[in-house]
Amino acid sequence: MSAIDQTLARGPLLPVASTRRRRARSVRPTVALSALFAAFVALAALAPGLVTSQGPLTVHLSEGFQAPSLHHLFGTDQSGRDVYARVVYGTRESVLIGLGATAVGLGVAALLGVVAGLGGRVADGAINRLLEVLFAFPGLLLALLFVAIFGPGPGTEIVAVGLANAPGYARMIRGQVLAVKGSGYVEASRVLGHSRARTIRRTILPNAARPLVVLATLGVGQAIVWASALSFLGLGVKPPAPEWGAMLDAGRDYLQTAWWLTVFPGLAIVAFTLASTSLGRFFQQRLEGKLER
Amino acid sequence: MSTNDERLLDVAGLRVGFGERTAAHEVVRGISFSLQAGECLAIVGESGSGKSVTARTLVGLAGARSHVAAERIELDGQSLLGLRDREWRALRGVRVGFVLQDALVSLDPLRRVGSEIAEPLRLHGWGDRAARREKVVELLREVGVPEPEVRARQLPHELSGGLRQRALIASAIALDPQLLIADEPTTALDVTVQAQILGLLEATKQRGRGLIVISHDLAVVARLADRVAVMNAGEIVEQGPTAQVLGDPQHAYTRALLDAVPSAHSKGTRLAPGGAAGAYVRDGAQGAEAPARIAGAPPIVRAEGLVKRYRGPDGVARTVVDDVSLEIFAGETLGVVGESGSGKTTTARLVLALADPDAGEVRLDGEPWSALRERDRRLRRRRIAVVYQDPLSSFDPRWSVGRIVEDALDAGEHASAAARRARVLELLGHVGLDEGQLDRRPLQLSGGQRQRVAIARALASRPELIVCDEPVSALDVSIQAQVLDLLADLQAELGVAYLFISHDLGVIHHVSDRVLVMKDGRVVESGSAADVFERPQSDYTRQLLAALPTLDRADERKAVAA
Repeated sequence: MSAIDQTLARGPLLPVASTRRRRARSVRPTVALSALFAAFVALAALAPGLVTSQGPLTVHLSEGFQAPSLHHLFGTDQSGRDVYARVVYGTRESVLIGLGATAVGLGVAALLGVVAGLGGRVADGAINRLLEVLFAFPGLLLALLFVAIFGPGPGTEIVAVGLANAPGYARMIRGQVLAVKGSGYVEASRVLGHSRARTIRRTILPNAARPLVVLATLGVGQAIVWASALSFLGLGVKPPAPEWGAMLDAGRDYLQTAWWLTVFPGLAIVAFTLASTSLGRFFQQRLEGKLER
Repeated sequence: MSTNDERLLDVAGLRVGFGERTAAHEVVRGISFSLQAGECLAIVGESGSGKSVTARTLVGLAGARSHVAAERIELDGQSLLGLRDREWRALRGVRVGFVLQDALVSLDPLRRVGSEIAEPLRLHGWGDRAARREKVVELLREVGVPEPEVRARQLPHELSGGLRQRALIASAIALDPQLLIADEPTTALDVTVQAQILGLLEATKQRGRGLIVISHDLAVVARLADRVAVMNAGEIVEQGPTAQVLGDPQHAYTRALLDAVPSAHSKGTRLAPGGAAGAYVRDGAQGAEAPARIAGAPPIVRAEGLVKRYRGPDGVARTVVDDVSLEIFAGETLGVVGESGSGKTTTARLVLALADPDAGEVRLDGEPWSALRERDRRLRRRRIAVVYQDPLSSFDPRWSVGRIVEDALDAGEHASAAARRARVLELLGHVGLDEGQLDRRPLQLSGGQRQRVAIARALASRPELIVCDEPVSALDVSIQAQVLDLLADLQAELGVAYLFISHDLGVIHHVSDRVLVMKDGRVVESGSAADVFERPQSDYTRQLLAALPTLDRADERKAVAA
């Protein structure tokens, strides 16, 4: 009998301990690099003056179209403005658009998705048809339409990009709500006699929201790319204000003579998207791992 | 040890470890056994005992990060130590056949069953395409698959579990290997199908092939094996002829394992060793009498003429529960037994009012229940609790053990945090858990502990009835014994009634006062446990009982000891 007791006691303890140890060790270099970059971006957004000594709007007509050098890391544009300074000063605007658009998109999506998932057949049907119509438009077209109606500007840009992203998020949230609604633990809550409101509040919503944290971090980078596309089309931030997408647009005319005007703002977008995606993945694993413990 | 020329398989000092060589976690620790042609050796043990790893090692599938060492592994005189992958492939299927546990997972879902079975033939260059096709049909017929020509053209998901398992066996014996290794070949199957598979394996043995069966089910082993090796924590603690090991076990672990098996003879006794012995002693070894009912007391639940239909994916409505009536009285256990698809779980869901019947009615405490709207049921839901087969999926994945149990408390009754905590600890105490488990997450607990948490949660609402849907089916036999003992203790202590659903006849016989036997949605037999099991009236019940492999020898031992 003691033999049986021993096997019981041994059970699953070992593997649990070893996976935890493995997790603690595994902060990969890409994650560390991403975190470092994110810190730099935060600094540039909050206090750009600490990261660069030059102003983003300071014109030196004699220094136009200078290639990258030690004095001008990213070169200068047609008016002799320092591209590095402009990229740094553009951070706040770009990141704000990324965060804002993601928040708007997820907010609208959460409303639609939760109502579709919990509201019964009629609400679900109506919202699904609406989403299908929205899906039929390319997201960019939707955003363009919105900007065309309300006029360009950072505010409309945020809302436009958010709305364009919302249908995709809404579908995911609806699916998540439905999956949680059909789970064994929601049925267990029903058997315990909990009211519908309590089950939704304490069980369905928090569990359905779990993957959203990650979805959001992945979405921020995506939203910046979208906003850049709008700026690039001349519907976002107006020049000469620095914003990564607007800078891409401004540099377009000089693509063959001054490549640095487009490459560096483009790199900033790519790097920020990669970093936020990589951090999103990392937090996802951390979060799931914590739940598994 | 003298070398015996008749030995088909000879294993000595087998060690298997996993992980980095320096800190290898040894799973099999120096075991030795041998097998002769036409003989069946059963390796029994609980999960984690190393029995499956042993089986996989013998076909060169121990795994990428495993380390295998042995003094000797010889198949028909040829050493299998240090074979390379290519050499193993030449061996597998030809000289050693391997039947995996889970037929659904083991068959490629996108391949026709016929081509799956023809695979070993093709790989080893047997015949041409037409000859192989004929051979496949012949093999399927051999393993007792009806309409083999049709089945060969079907996909795995179109076949029942029993047919799939037979297809796997057909694939394993396609080239008639000298040695067949079957890892839990009947675990997922109903008893009647299990009986057919066991017959099939028996026939292989009769043809003079060696057979190694890995199983946790001692009854299956008793039926099939000539010799038994009992494994625990990577070692063989006892081995010998089946009759001797099961009838007169020498090792304490073997004895505990045998005692843990619920059956007719275990009724009214504790299954697990130790614990609070004596807390639960019912009258008589047969324990057939129902608990003292208050004369004329109405049943907690009365269901009459329940019918439930579901529309299948093909659009055809199937009657899942057909005219089922039952009554459950305070403090008793009503067992519902039947094979998969017999409507047991749907019946439970109707009693729980998680599904509404298409006809008939469920009444709770003499008042309407199934006829109510959900809003009106809510207040009385707490009178019936539930324990599922898979407790993990019934827990909110974000919550700790303490939170799970606390969530089930009556909000009005325990206003302060301290009172709630005290009640949670009291409930955990009821099920043999303590404060140490409070902040742990269900994923950190063992299967038995999880089921205890589920039971604690069920008790939180002080229910009159707990619906237990296959509560021990996923557990090892010794853990199953502890959980069954716990349920019996709680019934004696708190007077709660159980609607106990299981496919396992031994478990049902052990726990039930009265029994319903279900088949195809209908109740084919009902009555006291003693009547149903000892004087079955319906053919179906008799068939079920006949198909059930039993531990006769062990039962005799217990009868003598009693």
